[in-house]
Amino acid sequence: MTQNAPVLIVLLPVTAALLCMLLSRIGRNLGSWVVIASIVASFLCTVDCLYQVLAAGGTPIHYWMGNWEPPIGIEFVIDPLNGLIVTVITFIAMLVSFYGRPFLRDEDWLHVGGYYTLFGLMTVGMCGMVITGDVFNLYVYLEIMSLSGYGLIALGGKKSMVAAFRYLLIGTIGASLYLMGVAYLYAMTGTLNMADLATLLADRLNSPLFALAVACFVVGFGIKMALFPMHGWQPDAYTYAHPGAVALIAGCMSKVPAYSMIRFLYYIFRVDNVVVQHVLDVIGVLGIAAMLIGSIMALAQYDFRRMLAYSSVAQIGYIAIGLAMGNLYGFIGAVLHIVNHAFMKSSLFLVIGGIAYRFGVVNLYRLGGLNKKLTISTITVTLASFSMIGLPPTCGFFSKWYLLLGAYTGAQYFYIVILVISSLLNAVYFFRIIEQMFVQKEASLSEVYKPVGAKLGLPLEMAVPILVLGVGILVLGFCSVDIVTDIIKMGLPEVFVR
Amino acid sequence: MLALNEFLKTRGIYSLVLILFFLGVYGMVFSKNYMKKLMAMNVMQVAVIYFYLCLAQKDGGTVPILNGLTENPDAYVNPLPHGLMLTAIVVSLGTTGVALALLMRIKEIYGSVEEVEVLRRASK
Repeated sequence: MTQNAPVLIVLLPVTAALLCMLLSRIGRNLGSWVVIASIVASFLCTVDCLYQVLAAGGTPIHYWMGNWEPPIGIEFVIDPLNGLIVTVITFIAMLVSFYGRPFLRDEDWLHVGGYYTLFGLMTVGMCGMVITGDVFNLYVYLEIMSLSGYGLIALGGKKSMVAAFRYLLIGTIGASLYLMGVAYLYAMTGTLNMADLATLLADRLNSPLFALAVACFVVGFGIKMALFPMHGWQPDAYTYAHPGAVALIAGCMSKVPAYSMIRFLYYIFRVDNVVVQHVLDVIGVLGIAAMLIGSIMALAQYDFRRMLAYSSVAQIGYIAIGLAMGNLYGFIGAVLHIVNHAFMKSSLFLVIGGIAYRFGVVNLYRLGGLNKKLTISTITVTLASFSMIGLPPTCGFFSKWYLLLGAYTGAQYFYIVILVISSLLNAVYFFRIIEQMFVQKEASLSEVYKPVGAKLGLPLEMAVPILVLGVGILVLGFCSVDIVTDIIKMGLPEVFVR
Repeated sequence: MLALNEFLKTRGIYSLVLILFFLGVYGMVFSKNYMKKLMAMNVMQVAVIYFYLCLAQKDGGTVPILNGLTENPDAYVNPLPHGLMLTAIVVSLGTTGVALALLMRIKEIYGSVEEVEVLRRASK
């Protein structure tokens, strides 16, 4: 059982998702429960895999599909780094899958089944993209993730159609560019396996094809992760997506391509060659622009969801500059920020989903006195906001700390200036929300839906994920030393191990 | 003339494929009709598929099925890119299907698939 755990991470949700429509036809909620159970099982498998890897002292698990040996067959590779990220993704997917149920309480079987089919497939796509060891396989998972993501965005209502369609067009350009990049690499080396590519590319780094391939990958993943000039699809998509699934879309869907970019740049292309160094400079400049422009645009929004979407643009900028520093601390900061930001952004979107569910408002100037009505949600918002700003002991502080250390050791002091400015801007727009919730006088809100006998102010399925993620932000903060020394430092790229 | 011949022989097909690719991107950016944007997207995806098929091609290569005459791999075209592109065609079919479904809903809601018209009615 445990030796097959790597493939079960993907296999269980994909089976459940494909059966979901049939089961939903039989009983309205049957399909949804099967998908939720499969995601929970998938989470247990990821924990098991991560535990096995760490118990083996960081030696990666290689799972060969159908026992075909890697350069020919497809393999799943789980090292400490992607084991950590896939665990975070399945954990958030598990919480969000419970959270989505109350939104579907009045829908018929077709809607419920369709929602959970798409949700399961999206989880599959994200997990597969993180753990696969084959570049073409990664493309397939990328498209599974994106296509189900377009569907979940389009489920959000009238306005979401245009947002989903535009995201589809832009996202397809990204995926096609990725495919072109794979073609160049395949033309140069004749292999699609990542480990094999890394060894074969080592003496072909001066080829112009290599530069072209790197450019294709950076633009392709840049579009998917909404790096600054390519973020145009993101605000609309996050604003109008289905409120039950937006936490997963916003929290994980742009982090997975960011991790893939780290994997390509640091593990396959190696950062110590001229081409990648130049690309890192470009990513750094884009990251700086993202941090400033994302934060300033977030200040100008009054729709809570839209503000969070622009804040995501800025946070992707943090990951980008961590990548661009090209030294140990910057790398750790970028990886830690992927994990932390997944928690922070998911919890914030869960809370705004809950507010919209109960009161039907998303305007952040109408949240006055919310601390009396939704106590748990406001605590989570406060923790997540502190984390976004970077106050200790929440987890956001630690990733920013590593980014600062990286900028300091790399003598790239302008990054420090930008980090401080961006954090101050974060403070401005997040304290605005906290002030609204705790200080302003109570806004007159009409209850759209009053939960029966729920002491937490929201149905249990929604309140528990909000609480768990809020506590998770604190726990991640207290454990971040352990995460860095025991997990991330076990799976460092070769450049830093020397 | 010789240089041109040499260029066409070695890189001609790749240049054409890249022109096709960027023609697709151009169409997606600059056409004002969502249906046309979708068609341009398909052109772009087909360009990527052509690119892979050109990689697989070789002079005098035959179908990659063992014919009992020779076991020399140089006699056969490379089957792997064709296999990859079968997957890519399926993906592009899926993308087009989702996009068409979205377009039908957009047409239902806004009564048009012209970008200007849709954005005007959406902002109301």
